[in-house]
Amino acid sequence: MTVLDWMQLILISLLIGGGAPVVGHYLAWVFTGPRIAPERWIHRLIGVDPDKPMDWREYAGALLFSNALFFAAGYSLLWAQGRLPVNPRHIAAMSPEVTFNTAASFVTNTNWQAYVGEAQLSNFSQMVPITFLMFVGANTGMAALVAILRGFARSGTAHVGNYWDDFFRFFVRAFLPACFAMALLLVWQGVPQTLSTTVVAHSLEGGSQTLILGPVASLEAVKNLGTNGGGFYNANGAHPYENPTPLTNTLELLGMLTFTASLPFLFGRLTGRSRQGWALFATIMILYALGLGAVEISEKGPNPLLAPAGIAQTTSPLQDGGNTEGKETRLGITQTSFFSNTTMAATTGAVDAAMDSMNPLALMVYFSHMWLNEEPGGKGVGFAGLLKEAILAIFIAGLMVGRTPEFLGKKLEAREIKLAALSLIVTPFTVLLLTSVGVTASFGTSSMDNPGPHGFEEVLYAYSSGNANNGSAMAGLNASTPFYADSIGIEMLLSRYLPLLPLLAMAGALARKRIHPVTAGTLPTDTPLFVALLVGFMLLVGLLTFFPGLMLGPILEQLSLMKGLSF
Amino acid sequence: MKSLFPSLRATLLLLIVTGFVYPLAVDGAAHLLFPHRADGSLITKNGVVIGSSLIGQPFSKPVYFHPRPSATPDPTGSGSVPYDAAFSSASNLAPSNGAQIKAVTAAAEAYRKENALSPAEPVPVDAVTASGSGLDPDISLANALLQVNRVAGARHLPPARVRSLVMAHVEGPQFGLLGAKHVNVLTLNLALDALRP
Repeated sequence: MTVLDWMQLILISLLIGGGAPVVGHYLAWVFTGPRIAPERWIHRLIGVDPDKPMDWREYAGALLFSNALFFAAGYSLLWAQGRLPVNPRHIAAMSPEVTFNTAASFVTNTNWQAYVGEAQLSNFSQMVPITFLMFVGANTGMAALVAILRGFARSGTAHVGNYWDDFFRFFVRAFLPACFAMALLLVWQGVPQTLSTTVVAHSLEGGSQTLILGPVASLEAVKNLGTNGGGFYNANGAHPYENPTPLTNTLELLGMLTFTASLPFLFGRLTGRSRQGWALFATIMILYALGLGAVEISEKGPNPLLAPAGIAQTTSPLQDGGNTEGKETRLGITQTSFFSNTTMAATTGAVDAAMDSMNPLALMVYFSHMWLNEEPGGKGVGFAGLLKEAILAIFIAGLMVGRTPEFLGKKLEAREIKLAALSLIVTPFTVLLLTSVGVTASFGTSSMDNPGPHGFEEVLYAYSSGNANNGSAMAGLNASTPFYADSIGIEMLLSRYLPLLPLLAMAGALARKRIHPVTAGTLPTDTPLFVALLVGFMLLVGLLTFFPGLMLGPILEQLSLMKGLSF
Repeated sequence: MKSLFPSLRATLLLLIVTGFVYPLAVDGAAHLLFPHRADGSLITKNGVVIGSSLIGQPFSKPVYFHPRPSATPDPTGSGSVPYDAAFSSASNLAPSNGAQIKAVTAAAEAYRKENALSPAEPVPVDAVTASGSGLDPDISLANALLQVNRVAGARHLPPARVRSLVMAHVEGPQFGLLGAKHVNVLTLNLALDALRP
């Protein structure tokens, strides 16, 4: 690590730590302040009464119903691609299974891409259905979170808020303006934004090169701020048009954390317990920092298998070095590590380097982030997952000392624990079941690109990514086959909505409960001791389930590299 | 079913706002403020577009500096068409994949031969590995300096002249702080052509 690496690490960490409380407090105003005029116009236009309170069932119903329509709209427009305008290259619609996979992927905030953006989507598709689904997918997660937070903040009521009110408050006052500003910053640095499609360049050596242009910046902004992650181009954030400079790399990774890392502070404000917000923020940042350190060390390190070929891999004043396969020169290892760790921690799924060519230690971190999925996790739902973990950790602690578990003065009883546990088991259930099919059936193994443990990692990664609604891939895996497109498509839908419903139900149950005063017997949940308990609980419960997967994949691969073995 | 009509109207409204109003507003503002950037940072010479300063180009002639290997695939076959800007892609080869070790070893041998380097000379890692996009416009300074003698020889220029041109084209870290030092191959080669066409 050079001085420059440390300076980048410190500067960006300060921006994250300094920005999160500010945005969190702003969001508290967004969700509790008076409605502003554009929101009132929208409610009148779509014909809803934003003051009508909903219980958790009505809220979940409105959420699911609207999402079904968003999905249908996105699917239809993608399906009709060949017949729609702004398609001068006459790109036909994608196969039915990839169209289904794409619509499911984008409405669930996953942005898994079983297609090649610049080759298979017209600029109309990129601009309208894709950008639309990116907005509504992220916005839905945010609304769901606020309803869940109200469950903790309120008492003696069945109501958790109004879905449409929450949806458009965030959209009008935070999401849309932030995306507009971010898009212009990106254009300033070189990200294209145009309606024209192709430019044929006549290169210096006499060949020709077809450059694909389009509305890249507007997509790129919502891709990161919405923790969506689906790129305009196949190479995603590694493409110089999506991520032309180290500054855009920094802006994009900060964009992924803008709303997600601020949620503990929104929680602190809504519940009136700012210390609790800080404790949860600390939990997130401890896990985030552990991952960042490991990725940086992993990717700076030389590959021992390349030593015999006489390759200079170490950092010097003349080169950044490290594991440069699949990485971009202008960004270097530190920017790439920051971006990669952030995209996995915030389950964005945007990448600025090829995940498939990363060293095994970095892949271990990515797997862990996807399985935990809540530090800070995707827009809204990630933080809801963290609260679920907190409840389970308190329950375990309560069992150990023999006291009724309480969180924020609310007694946690059988119903809440069951719902939290139900939400927790969806991940191992879907990931392990589907991976076992993928690595045994011939229609699964034929898609693997790399031999040995790395091929196994590709399949495990694909289902972990679909489950976490992450969307990044070890892209060597051919995921456009009917088996992968359909199974991952269904998995993304299940793992988006199945864990969310128990959490909304839990919020509904919590909202009814009385808030008990603090007594000597209350376990304080805003202390460093509790943060340590929560981190330990998450690592144990979240990772133990998957430990055999780590053994068969990255650990085996790392040991082979150290032994000088290739596959 | 009472959410049917609100949901339908909300879907329509959001489609219009996020799919048309927002991207077109960004488009308008972008062309007002940064038209060159919005249109892809194109470089033109005598009215002909010769490329984009952000997108790498294939170079193989000895008179030019060469970019990194590129893994952009041939869409019609199984091979590779380097620097195909219509199909960005990485190699996706694992660090433990024997094919990757072979490819890097072969690329290092070719690089030493091409630039008349001794077999003991370490080869900069970026010169033998493909980038994430397959369109990396840049190389490391170490990589550029090792190509100086070849380019100078092919152009009958003093190596010191070419070397100082390389040093004048070193970019980054941005603001002295972000990212890594690099040399843009296309702009460097354009400057070479301007030096002696």
